[in-house]
Amino acid sequence: MENLLNIFVKSIFIDNMIFAYFLGMCSYLAVSKRVSTAIGLGAAVIFVLGITVPINWLLENYVLKAGALSWMGEQFKDVDLSFLSFIMFIAVVAAITQLVEMVVEKFTPSLYNSLGIFLPLIAVNCSILGGALFMQSRGYESIGEASVFGIGSGIGWFLAIVAIAAIREKMRYSKVPAPLRGLGITFILTGLMGLAFLSFAGIKL
Amino acid sequence: MEKKLEPSFKEGGKLHKFWPLYDGFATFLFVPGHVTHNGVHVRDSIDLKRTMSVVILALVPCLLFGMYNTGYQHFLALGQTPELGASFLYGLLKVLPIVVVSYAVGLGIEFAFCIIKKHPISEGYLVSGILIPLVLPADIPLWMVALAAAFAVIIGKEIFGGTGMNVLNVALVARAFLFFAYPTYMSGDMWVSMNDRNGYEVIKEGLVDGYSGSTLLGQVADAGFNGTFKNVAGADITSTVFSDAFFGFIPGSIGETSTLACLIGAAILIISGIGSWRIIFSTFLGAYAIGLLFNAVAGSNAYMAMPAHYHLVFGGLAFGAVYMATDPVSAAQTKLGKLIYGFGIGAFAVIIRVVNPAYPEGVMLSILFFNVMAPIIDYFVVQSNINKRVKRFKLASNGVK
Repeated sequence: MENLLNIFVKSIFIDNMIFAYFLGMCSYLAVSKRVSTAIGLGAAVIFVLGITVPINWLLENYVLKAGALSWMGEQFKDVDLSFLSFIMFIAVVAAITQLVEMVVEKFTPSLYNSLGIFLPLIAVNCSILGGALFMQSRGYESIGEASVFGIGSGIGWFLAIVAIAAIREKMRYSKVPAPLRGLGITFILTGLMGLAFLSFAGIKL
Repeated sequence: MEKKLEPSFKEGGKLHKFWPLYDGFATFLFVPGHVTHNGVHVRDSIDLKRTMSVVILALVPCLLFGMYNTGYQHFLALGQTPELGASFLYGLLKVLPIVVVSYAVGLGIEFAFCIIKKHPISEGYLVSGILIPLVLPADIPLWMVALAAAFAVIIGKEIFGGTGMNVLNVALVARAFLFFAYPTYMSGDMWVSMNDRNGYEVIKEGLVDGYSGSTLLGQVADAGFNGTFKNVAGADITSTVFSDAFFGFIPGSIGETSTLACLIGAAILIISGIGSWRIIFSTFLGAYAIGLLFNAVAGSNAYMAMPAHYHLVFGGLAFGAVYMATDPVSAAQTKLGKLIYGFGIGAFAVIIRVVNPAYPEGVMLSILFFNVMAPIIDYFVVQSNINKRVKRFKLASNGVK
């Protein structure tokens, strides 16, 4: 239990997808103009990460890893399919994103319209594939750990995009120098926010 | 003088390019002659200049005590009796150059931006320029002060559109920049001034046995809390540690050591209505609450057992709560938001101190973190108010039917 809590806190704050690894920057920069849409996209990312990481964990441990196929019989115990992990992970991510898109379109058409192209683009959001690959390289031991890690990473990403969306809403009244308006100032702002998130670097749980 | 100079700065004059510079100085030194033309809307004559002057006034106790304490710690570490006059003089000679460099660099950049962007000079840097020296160790090289002030003014403020538009507190950006760029100068034994009075030679042989230049929090972080504290001369000060820390006779950044001086400043800020009592109060409350919580669950981590009220007087908590967290630009704007914001700062500061071995002091980073989070706190407070009113309106109109 304590282990799960550690993974949860760590994936939200210490290993924050945006401020520690700068993953998933494209939709983070593009959909952070308004808080309401940012919340929508953030929730979608939490959902997708929370589903894909455990599914990919199952794939990794029962199909892909060296010796993972031994449940099918003795003759498969030497098979190592890990060279397929990228393509398998991304297929799972794309399928789940498709599902999310259909659900969002059905239940909240207004959010669907305001998210636009960035909803299907979650499939190629680096933080989602990054979540699966971190799960693989860190070798989480149970499906519980993998799900907690996925949900935590999603919440960290959610926190980042919602925070910057609120700042950008406030910054609409600032007289930012013309060459920096838009993306320029957002990049600088992300760097400064990363400075603030550095307070968590070094915490060992 | 004013009459003679003004025409050359007015439109059409030779030096019109430098009008913001002239205007800034003229309004700072003389009473401006502007009058309103369309009736009066202002009920109180408070403006940015007066606000900033009050904050500087509130910072004076910290500055003066900081100068004295710089000399006091220096002589104490050398094993001499720290006399009032000599200590103050030593501190004055240490601190004054830092203040001068901070102002010269920061105001220089600000003036340059005003001339380029053709807007009047605003007084925002007057406070940041004094806050930056107060959060640095006394022995910091002056070029670092200049670098940090330049970084903070340009990246922290001017590119966001100048005074009143910054997202993070300017002085904290300067401090965080130095903290992460030159960690060796901002941690460990740097907190007691060891340069001799005239030059840059480091006095090593004169130090007393058992010398320790680290702060009280640094001692706890290094050795764990074992109930004892030492002063810079290595003497045991466990019995008086609380009062020492309250009055400020401990090593640390120039201005942050004395909780008493910060409380005097807090009184000035609260009475004049410039600092928010909600933020100051809830910051202390948050730190104390989390301190008590840690006391209650203390087990494996010896640091957690440190009495909660020590957290309030050690390190920069009081200074941060009074002068940094209350920065009206980067803090939360709503009343409930201010309470949440302050509580979060206090709580996170203690959590970082206790849980994160990398940083013995967490106030600065905690305030930066909540500067980032302030707009979203405000957003949700405003949203919940809107939702509440919509609900009330619906209930009321249902009743009418």
